[in-house]
Amino acid sequence: MSEPQGAAVSLAEAPHQPPPTDVPSKQLTPQRVQPLRKPGRWIATAVVLVLVAQAVHGLISNPFYQWDRFGYWFLRPTILDGLLITLEVAAYSAVLGLLGGILLALARLSKSPVLRAVSWTYVWALRSIPLIVVLLFLYNFSALYKTLSVGVPFGPAFFSFDESRLATDMVVAVIGLSLNEAAYAAEVVRGGILSVDQGQHEAATALGLPKGYRFRRIVFPQALRSITPNYVNQLIGLIKSTSLVFYVSLLDLFGTAQTMGATYPGDIVPLLLVVTVWYLILTSVVSVIQFYVERYYARGATRSRPPTPLRKFRTGLRDLRERLRREAAV
Amino acid sequence: MTAEHGTTAEHLTTAGTLTTAEAAPAAVEVHDVHKWYGAHRVLDGVDLTVRPGEVTVILGPSGSGKSTLLRVINHLEKPERGYVSVNGELIGVRRNGDRLRELSERAILTQRSRIGFVFQNFNLFPHLTVLDNVAAAPVATGKLGKAQALILARQLLGRVGLADKADAYPRQLSGGQQQRVAIARALALRPGLILFDEPTSALDPELVGEVLTVIKDLAKSGTTLVIVTHEIGFAREVADRVVFIDGGRIVEQGPPAEVLDKPRHERTRDFLSRVL
Repeated sequence: MSEPQGAAVSLAEAPHQPPPTDVPSKQLTPQRVQPLRKPGRWIATAVVLVLVAQAVHGLISNPFYQWDRFGYWFLRPTILDGLLITLEVAAYSAVLGLLGGILLALARLSKSPVLRAVSWTYVWALRSIPLIVVLLFLYNFSALYKTLSVGVPFGPAFFSFDESRLATDMVVAVIGLSLNEAAYAAEVVRGGILSVDQGQHEAATALGLPKGYRFRRIVFPQALRSITPNYVNQLIGLIKSTSLVFYVSLLDLFGTAQTMGATYPGDIVPLLLVVTVWYLILTSVVSVIQFYVERYYARGATRSRPPTPLRKFRTGLRDLRERLRREAAV
Repeated sequence: MTAEHGTTAEHLTTAGTLTTAEAAPAAVEVHDVHKWYGAHRVLDGVDLTVRPGEVTVILGPSGSGKSTLLRVINHLEKPERGYVSVNGELIGVRRNGDRLRELSERAILTQRSRIGFVFQNFNLFPHLTVLDNVAAAPVATGKLGKAQALILARQLLGRVGLADKADAYPRQLSGGQQQRVAIARALALRPGLILFDEPTSALDPELVGEVLTVIKDLAKSGTTLVIVTHEIGFAREVADRVVFIDGGRIVEQGPPAEVLDKPRHERTRDFLSRVL
């Protein structure tokens, strides 16, 4: 009995105890909180800066890279011709691959078990076979059959390829890359379509919107928001995969550099640098396009549109200036 | 059939729609509808007749099948047995001798475009502006040209009090505003019948009123409305008839004064005591 009573007494007395220490007796005036110093971060930054400087210095001063030869080769017409082939192959394959991917994705999402099975099998097979094998197979195939025609099996042909040797190499390369690209694009597109809320399908159906309209105007534009980053990933992979067309005797950017390297063995390293820098440029261009495409398809998805890099830079600068002014005032 | 008409007509004399109702076919007729998912029976023989211009509120505990019933009316769900007709026209099927055959998808879409549907989660198209959300359906279904559809869309947005939001995107609006846009979108097809599936359940309490006001205006305009809701007060105020559904069956129905204030069935009393 005495224990609860004791507890009651101590509870009653609690307010009379002095407040916890650490609070200054004087009233706190609202003021800026001193940010916590983080010396570790500063040390790490300094170390990384030194390493970066060393790497840049090595890249510039090491004679191994032969930057003068790089300058000689970078805009040579043979190299630019190769670049053009790379761009052509990549562009055709990107478009055909995406179209094929959309068809495969729709087949995979269809209610027909046959279409689903065919689509699944295609994706399974083409993702399993290395691209180089597909290309070499097609290459030998095209050497075996001089004309390739599209038409009814055993029936009349609608149109046929019977081109000069170079055009055939180009066709083989584009077909090979497109077949491969379509398999990956199919999964990217399917994922995008699945990411659209079921309620959107229902609302469009309840309004009586025709099937084609529902896909083109309601579902696909929303799917593109998640398709874009994944497909650009694919696209960058595709641009680099074009270097394999060298093996079906098409002289793309990489193929040209390889051939030139065989003729001028001393220039192999600068030639590889030329190829590297061109691929860097292509990837950068694609990334910039990606940013603006994503920004376009983000409309409505977020409350305000993401800012462009220029605007981000400007607001960043303004914030920094304001912060410095405030610090100076304190 | 005749007996059922007789009893409903008695209730409707107060609403003054008796004469027209006698001549015109029922706005909605649900006949012996069964719906099941696997072994789970969602609707278990539902019969319901809604007269033109009537406002019907469907009440019931969650899982009772009231949303499914609504979705069967515009054929978002296919009934396993029974049929639905709207203004005398069978929905989703056609009569072939004494059998029912499924209609083509195109024909079903045409039927759906005459029935408005308002969802609990609005389901506005987020990538289109508010104006385009409302104008999309009349253009896509070929009912109006683009220019006329935009004029109609602006009119309808004015009617739900959102004329100034025409160029906003749905996610920039509050829930209540989004639902009002969804109602305008349903109205753009000039439907004779509008189905509401818990239109205020996803809204913050202070936004419920603005949506209910719009629905009340619609009720006064003579459009036939079927509303699934949990707002008992709203049902009492706006409904010509309240239908209480439980376990996939209609337990009782009648004017709100009867069903809400003098429920005859134990289950109705039980439900009302829990939600009031």
